Amino acid sequence: MARPAARRVGLARIDRFRAVAVQGLVLAGVIALAAWFVGNTLDNLAQRGIASGFGFLGSTAGFSIIVHLIDYSELSSYGRAFVVGLLNTLLVSAAGIVLASLLGLLVGVARLSDNWLVARLATVYVETFRNLPLLLQIFFWYFAVLSAMPQPRQSHSLFGLIFLNNRGLYVPKPLVTADLWLVAAALAGGIILAACAWRWRRRRGGTARWEGAAALALAFGPAAAVAALAGPVTGWAVPALRGFSFEGGMVLIPEFVGLVLGLSFYTGAYIAENVRSGILAVDKGQREAAQALGLSRGRTLRHVILPQAMRVIVPPLTSHYLGLTKNSSLAAAIGYPDLVSVFAGTVLNQTGQAVEVIAITMAVYLAISLAIAGAMNLYNRRVVRIGESR
Amino acid sequence: MERRIGLVAAMAWAREKLFSTPANAALTVGSLALLYWCVPPALDWMIFSADFAGESRADCTGEGACWVFVKARLGQFLYGFYPEGERWRVDLAFALLVAACLPLAWPRFPAKGKIAALLLLAYPPVAILLFHGGAGLAVVETARWGGLFLTLVIAGVGIVASFPIGVALALGRRSPLPVVKALCVAFIELVRGVPLITVLFMASVMLPLFLPEGVSFDKLLRALVGIALFYAAYMAEVVRGGLQAVPRTQYEAAESLGYGYWQTMRLVVLPQALRHVIPGIVGIFIALFKDTTLVLIIGLFDLLGIVQAAVSDPQWIGYNVEGYVFAGLGFWIFCFALSRFSQFLEGRLAHTGRRARRTTKERQMATLDAPLQVD
Repeated sequence: MARPAARRVGLARIDRFRAVAVQGLVLAGVIALAAWFVGNTLDNLAQRGIASGFGFLGSTAGFSIIVHLIDYSELSSYGRAFVVGLLNTLLVSAAGIVLASLLGLLVGVARLSDNWLVARLATVYVETFRNLPLLLQIFFWYFAVLSAMPQPRQSHSLFGLIFLNNRGLYVPKPLVTADLWLVAAALAGGIILAACAWRWRRRRGGTARWEGAAALALAFGPAAAVAALAGPVTGWAVPALRGFSFEGGMVLIPEFVGLVLGLSFYTGAYIAENVRSGILAVDKGQREAAQALGLSRGRTLRHVILPQAMRVIVPPLTSHYLGLTKNSSLAAAIGYPDLVSVFAGTVLNQTGQAVEVIAITMAVYLAISLAIAGAMNLYNRRVVRIGESR
Repeated sequence: MERRIGLVAAMAWAREKLFSTPANAALTVGSLALLYWCVPPALDWMIFSADFAGESRADCTGEGACWVFVKARLGQFLYGFYPEGERWRVDLAFALLVAACLPLAWPRFPAKGKIAALLLLAYPPVAILLFHGGAGLAVVETARWGGLFLTLVIAGVGIVASFPIGVALALGRRSPLPVVKALCVAFIELVRGVPLITVLFMASVMLPLFLPEGVSFDKLLRALVGIALFYAAYMAEVVRGGLQAVPRTQYEAAESLGYGYWQTMRLVVLPQALRHVIPGIVGIFIALFKDTTLVLIIGLFDLLGIVQAAVSDPQWIGYNVEGYVFAGLGFWIFCFALSRFSQFLEGRLAHTGRRARRTTKERQMATLDAPLQVD
């Protein structure tokens, strides 16, 4: 009998035969279950007369999408609708990540403020937004705040440039000529150049204050020069009221604004806690040493506390960014045309290709998750390395 | 005299905490301005100018909030479309649950393990009988369940069902068997990489395809399966953290006693690991509680779903803020209380941890005292 022998050698060396047998059984069970699912699915699909495969991606979509970063019309294919949805997801996630990070940093620092009132207000913000469901917050912003905005004629305006009404947020739009790519190229080149120069100086030890300004000039100078010489930006189209609606400028639809506000306020509360615990993790002696050197509070924070806190902050920050990206799928609830809403919603309903559509959607989120996790790990490794080499 | 000392102390406190530097003073003034701008109008809207009395929309004067709306729909917000004559069953089931849970939340209550086992084994059939009906009680289809009741059912079933699956996945992820380990890692990472919405879509659209023709089960049950599997992956990661915190020597000690794998896990590793992850599990419960709102996307009416349906009612158009404030308050109270409970447990764990290191005797006591035991 194998059992007493296995017991004697214990956990570390479960006997070989049993290990193979158990794994074989598990694998056989999983394969059988999968085969059963696949068989049933094929039967069901055949019954409903749905052809499986990805051929449907080429057929005409026949529905319009209100926000599209690339050319799209009702005559475009389902595949193109997929790309439009994906880009909208990325757009809303990027906007949310930037806003949530700023908000989180601000509130995280505010929670540790010496100012009693500021610290309390920050705590109230965190405890309120963290303990409310995100979907409720999105509904609140979208249905209660943005839908209650006035008609275009009575818009709220900021300096006569930015207007908020029940049709969305109107902002000025740069008027560009075809030479815009030159500026983009100059900007990319400048940033790469500046990054290289900065690294080189840092390796040589020490980056003086003026060098920071020099690096910024190096990064943005070329683009500014090209912009000034080639003149690709001929002016700004400021939104203006014409009849019953605004013309000119760029409009951010209420669905987008509501979703970004909901995502940023919700995730911002988590990031604030993250920042706070990161700052608290920095040894008290570091702050005292910085103060003994006569650094001001702001410079202490920027040069001493935050660089060390980043090591603690980054790993959970990654999962907050991932969470925000995944949560952007709540767009489906208010009708912002993101990936889930367009693809797993409209396209799935029109084609009935449930398996393919859900599989593609999941694969996209998985890929985004892995990409963000990978990028953050890379950064994290760098932060940790710098920390250790000190 | 007393008053003056109090005043002086208050002035000194204010000077130190609010006006220590010009920048600090500016921040204080800015915050006060923000408060002045937000709080009085909000209070005025919510309380002083609000309408509380009345039955219908005609009783809303339009100055402040109209809580008449919430009052008129309260039954729906709490029970969904559950028949009014049968709502006592829901109340009774929750009363039973609270009565059984109170001793468990009590730090030193005797025979916790037995109560917990009884709760886990005996409560679900009783609750299902009361909620769904049968055996003399009128049957209430799950399509009529809703409101806070449905939110609590989804959150409760979700956490209870995801716990054993999560523990199994966590053990599998640390298993010495490569096939088991690979399957568990693949499942956990796959699920954690996708949003809950896609899992719910999958449960509502694809699960019927996976099953043989003619076999179909309840929409609520499908959502529950999706939620339980989704949260099991997160649970597994939390439990894994606890497993990693158990020192190697514990495994070696179990081995030296001649324990096999299951005995080691059941008697030595899991009791220690799970004690450490209770705050993490409460954290998952909070996330799950908030995420129950997503079921409205697949057409179930949880608390938020029923409020959203009510504010879309033409009869009550324009009162959505009241509805959201009510739903928000409901969610907030639960989540805030749970997060405080989690902090309390964390503090207690740290305390017992310190104490347990002191003597073996006390460590045994602490283990016996564990609020959660898996057997």
